[in-house]
Amino acid sequence: MLTATGLSCVRGERCLFSGLDLSVGAGEWLHVQGENGAGKTSLLRILAGLSPPAEGEIHWNGEATRTLAEDFRRDLLFLGHHGAVKEELTPFENLSLAAQLDGTALDEATALKALARFGLRGREDLAVRFLSAGQKRRVLLARLAVRQATLWILDEPFTALDVKAVGLLSGLIVEHVTNGGIAILTSHQTIPLPNGKILKVGA
Amino acid sequence: MNAVIAIIRRDLLLAMRRKSEVLTALFFFIIVVSLFPLGIGPETALLRKIAPGILWVAALLATMLGLARLFAPDHADGTLEQMVLAPAPLGLLVTGKIIAHWITTGLPLVLLAPVLGIQFDLDTGALGILVVALLLGTPLLSLIGAIGAALTLGVRGGGVLLSVLVLPLYVPALIFGAGAVEAHISGLGAGGHLSLLAALLALAVFFAPWATTAALRIALE
Amino acid sequence: MSNNRIIHWFKYASPQSFYPLAGKMIPWFWGLAAAFFVSGLYISFFVAPTDFQQGEGYRIIFIHVPAAWMSMFIYLVMAFWAGLGLALNTRLSSMMAQALAPTGAIMAFLSLWTGALWGKPMWGAWWVWDARLTSALILFFLYIGFIALQAAIDDARRADKAGAILALVGVVNVPIIYFSVKWWNTLHQGASVSLTKAPSMATTMLWGMLIMALAFWMYSIALALTRVRAIILEREAHTEWVKELPEVKGNGQ
Repeated sequence: MLTATGLSCVRGERCLFSGLDLSVGAGEWLHVQGENGAGKTSLLRILAGLSPPAEGEIHWNGEATRTLAEDFRRDLLFLGHHGAVKEELTPFENLSLAAQLDGTALDEATALKALARFGLRGREDLAVRFLSAGQKRRVLLARLAVRQATLWILDEPFTALDVKAVGLLSGLIVEHVTNGGIAILTSHQTIPLPNGKILKVGA
Repeated sequence: MNAVIAIIRRDLLLAMRRKSEVLTALFFFIIVVSLFPLGIGPETALLRKIAPGILWVAALLATMLGLARLFAPDHADGTLEQMVLAPAPLGLLVTGKIIAHWITTGLPLVLLAPVLGIQFDLDTGALGILVVALLLGTPLLSLIGAIGAALTLGVRGGGVLLSVLVLPLYVPALIFGAGAVEAHISGLGAGGHLSLLAALLALAVFFAPWATTAALRIALE
Repeated sequence: MSNNRIIHWFKYASPQSFYPLAGKMIPWFWGLAAAFFVSGLYISFFVAPTDFQQGEGYRIIFIHVPAAWMSMFIYLVMAFWAGLGLALNTRLSSMMAQALAPTGAIMAFLSLWTGALWGKPMWGAWWVWDARLTSALILFFLYIGFIALQAAIDDARRADKAGAILALVGVVNVPIIYFSVKWWNTLHQGASVSLTKAPSMATTMLWGMLIMALAFWMYSIALALTRVRAIILEREAHTEWVKELPEVKGNGQ
């Protein structure tokens, strides 16, 4: 259960938003909407703990995320604008590395299965920079499938995905939420997922 | 701990896949060292005297070149954010990155310097002290340099600004490092210099990752 | 009662309250600076005796030494304010550090320049690589690094925090750098004025230097307060209270 109260964000001299409250529980997902520059990405980064809010508190399962620190990060999966893959490594290496950073065990079979699920079979050992843009994003999808994290904070996850991949990602998120996970997303496109809460950011 | 080993292995793997960057820094070191005799003259006695200083200054500059690559690529492709959000303490991960940086930048310098020192007619004893001094000093340079690299992440004028910030902080390492070799040559013994260098290294190991981590968080805000 | 006093102090921690307070303090510090300069220079030129070995030229020590002291002192104060701004997340402390940096740099530069002017008649060279001058040079570089870093970062708060880390790293390094440079070369005159040893120079010379140091101190405070007011106006330009100020309104903006 993620709750935020009285959040405000200042970038440079502009106050992007203030007095913002939100609450997302297990099995729920939140669509953060707003114009370009309204502060959607800033909000997601604040929730993930990358930036401190100018004001306000964030609580994860009743405790402040600031004090939880490591325990909060263990439950969190954040995907920002950038791909978060190393171009010189192969998809398989990227996945194993991400798992080791997350402190989870990942055996080869599971990794290969995840990569195959997202259409990367046969390309597991090719350096990512040789893949197309769409395929690079699919490596991230594989990571989503493999990582056991309760809270997903995804910034524009549907960018650069073809129709099939959009379907795969939607399936992943539905699966995650149905199993009691939480997802917070932004997207310029309509999100093909049922029953989401909506939060509008910016005036 | 696993995460730290993973980071070190990852950075070493990345360096191997981009060998040219590592080798370029080494060739820079060789070229800079060779420029001095060309500029000063081939007189052996003079060269023997200034050799420790030249080798150390060239090592400083070569390390600076490599620092720009420490965090910038990870910052650009989003993997730095993932590191900050990883459950493992950021300080440990940063230390891992610095260790990998030293292995790819500092250690080659330590191995290459005695070979170049022969060009300057340094005797075996002096070369030995040079290696020990660089072995203590190059990690120190990586640690201090990491702070500068983190502070200037994504900032205009990055590389030059980094040099302006970090080179003054390198002065003690330069003084004690080159001084150790000079002290040995003049018969005074390098013990004092080397112990001070070791003390600085210990201080940096304790202090620098903390400062670097703080600077990284600020850069990502 | 004590509650009231505490609240009053924190009241001045906001740029809005500090701005008029600084404005009132500045003339006092200029006055003190002028008074100390006049008496200090009088002592330097007319009261202190001619040095046996160095003749009249040594009198530049009355500018060189106080400037050197101030350059080191200001660095400590600057690092203190920057660190406070980082720890407590206050804007005004960081603005104070930003305001102090140029003055500290000028003091460092002045100590270098007067050191050279002193050195030429004494050692026959414009520059000598002795411990003190070299450390002053490196301190000057540290100031320049701080100013350059803050200038290069567009976001003011990030510049504040990054500068704070640099200043704190510098503070730890200044004694190390000083010690290492001293180790490297010890031909500078032994410390003529130290807190623990008895001064090896005439008492009047000591008084002259101390009064000149006070003069530089008052001058630095006046200058820093003036500069911090300008920084406040610049960084808080978007706030209502700044827009309502007579000096801002009067420009017809």
